[in-house]
Amino acid sequence: MTRVLEVENLRVSFPDGSGRRFRPVDGVTFTLDRGETMALVGESGCGKSLTSLALLRLIPPPGRIEPDSSIRLGGTDVLGLEGNALRQIRGRRIGMIFQDPMTSLNPVLRVGDQIGEGIRAHFPVSKAEARERSLRLLQEVGIPDPGSRLDAYPHELSGGMRQRVMIAIALAAEPEILVADEPTTALDVTVQAQILEVLDRLRSSRGMAVLLITHDLGIVAGRADRVAVMYAGQIVEEAPTARLFANPSHPYTQGLFASVPRIRGPARRLTPIPGSVPPATAWPSGCRFRPRCLKAFDKCVMEPPLLPIEPGHRARCWLAETPR
Amino acid sequence: MTAPSSAGPLLEVRDLIKHYHSTGLFRASAPAVRAVDGVSFDVGRGETLALVGESGCGKSSVGRTILRLQEPTSGSAVFEGIDLFPLDRAELRRLRRRMQIIFQDPYSSLNPRMTVGAAVAEGLEIHRLAPPKEIPDRVAALFEEVGLDPSYAGRYPHEFSGGQRQRIGIARALAVQPSFIVCDEPVSALDVSVQAQVLNLLSDLQRDRGLSYLFIAHDLAVVRQIARRVAVMYLGRIVEEAPTEPLLAEPRHPYTVALLSAVPEPDPTLRRSRIVLRGDLPSPSNPPAGCPFHPRCFHPRKDQRCVSEVPRLRPVGVTSAACHYAEETPRQDAP
Repeated sequence: MTRVLEVENLRVSFPDGSGRRFRPVDGVTFTLDRGETMALVGESGCGKSLTSLALLRLIPPPGRIEPDSSIRLGGTDVLGLEGNALRQIRGRRIGMIFQDPMTSLNPVLRVGDQIGEGIRAHFPVSKAEARERSLRLLQEVGIPDPGSRLDAYPHELSGGMRQRVMIAIALAAEPEILVADEPTTALDVTVQAQILEVLDRLRSSRGMAVLLITHDLGIVAGRADRVAVMYAGQIVEEAPTARLFANPSHPYTQGLFASVPRIRGPARRLTPIPGSVPPATAWPSGCRFRPRCLKAFDKCVMEPPLLPIEPGHRARCWLAETPR
Repeated sequence: MTAPSSAGPLLEVRDLIKHYHSTGLFRASAPAVRAVDGVSFDVGRGETLALVGESGCGKSSVGRTILRLQEPTSGSAVFEGIDLFPLDRAELRRLRRRMQIIFQDPYSSLNPRMTVGAAVAEGLEIHRLAPPKEIPDRVAALFEEVGLDPSYAGRYPHEFSGGQRQRIGIARALAVQPSFIVCDEPVSALDVSVQAQVLNLLSDLQRDRGLSYLFIAHDLAVVRQIARRVAVMYLGRIVEEAPTEPLLAEPRHPYTVALLSAVPEPDPTLRRSRIVLRGDLPSPSNPPAGCPFHPRCFHPRKDQRCVSEVPRLRPVGVTSAACHYAEETPRQDAP
């Protein structure tokens, strides 16, 4: 297994109104291997999207990545890069797709030109060659009648087709890693199934690593090899997907599962997690889930580390210390 | 207020049609968008009917047309024995007290400059449901009923989270003591833990107040939590209607089968043969001839009849389905 990405102790901070800095991402560590899909799962405000933006050094000022953080892409120290070298990472080695393709596509440029632009930014090829490659990419992401779609404008395409175009643009540079930030959240469920199928196929055909950022445990179940659950700026549980679903060990993960409505199994009333996610300016002290946790006890006033449950499975909960 | 008759359903909708005609200098000849194309259903007292479908299927237009937030093209909607569509503005306003709506994004339906307490009080004042002196107490009671701290009444909408705003939207709808609420994707924008809170709240309110809901949603798993009956819409028509559990267990319309198959389920041990529909939803301004689903349909019996003859909604066992070959619809993979 080739390791393509190592993120260690990633912290992202922003200034609050009074000049103090708060940390929406606070000590995130994970790795990604070639050909692997890892999911970062969490609710809004947990820090998952900022984590993905940090990988590309796209944190908008006055936000910043704290100096003790580390992001290594193969042998490259991403946080040490500037200018041209940084552009070699963005798009070229790490591609990215977002929830809403319409806001990332240029509305006055034909689809083929937008893909071609990406190709020519990274490879020294002629316009004709770029167009030829664009056509092949549209085919690869499953756009019917790709020849005529090359000359379409984004508004002439459906939401699902636009997301396919975004994937084609991301693929143009042949990245090692594709970061997909809620790629199907804005799409209808039957179209979502199509897009997820495309992502799956590309991962196996190209050996790409995929970092899938989502709030939806259902999407994770069918797609990811490993899962990291985020809460309040931290990873609170990580495990191979099957293990996480068979044995969710952090009370927050358990609460998420109890909250999810399902179409199979006995119909039952949902058990929601009480309260709501605290704002990043006011992460609770000690265990950050403590104020909402039904299992909290004395020790939870201290912040727990990620504790081992079984091989590859860890949870940031003091309950993991005692044999269960 | 006349006492509502207790016999029959609370709401009867028949042959509802809503076409949008594009207007404007350059668009005179554009075809009408057939958002709702002949929809009929009943909502019983204290019952929830879910309208399910993907974007553009016309489900939101149905809800809005019944409340006359948009004018219907034709059809009828009889609510508590009163035909809604011929009513004039004054009559309609009196009746609106009994029929409320909550939206996906309560923020856009709340006035940002009005405290949330004032927003909830507004309906009480307009319909003179309480003497002015009693209004603060009534508002406080409503806040408690939806799980909000009454001391928040003096705050503004932007000070609340999405889940809290939805609770405010619900309190505001409840203030005028409706018997019927259109819930238009009320939990779609909420995080999963908060979504569960709001779904449970809506169930509890229904039980305590005997409310009827028309619950408009795209998510069948969510619908299962709140509705005993489901109507699935596709291109402006109901293609299947059934009690929820039979619909989930044995869907009869191929579109329902595909919709169910596409639901991402939080269970990695499930090995299913997914049905991934090809292509996109056709344009509602130019729907396919015959069965509107036929260009995307995977039914093994699909034939010339599907291309030429519109299938009617007809009983098939405990469900109703608009498919010529509903009896032979392939079962989805067994759970």
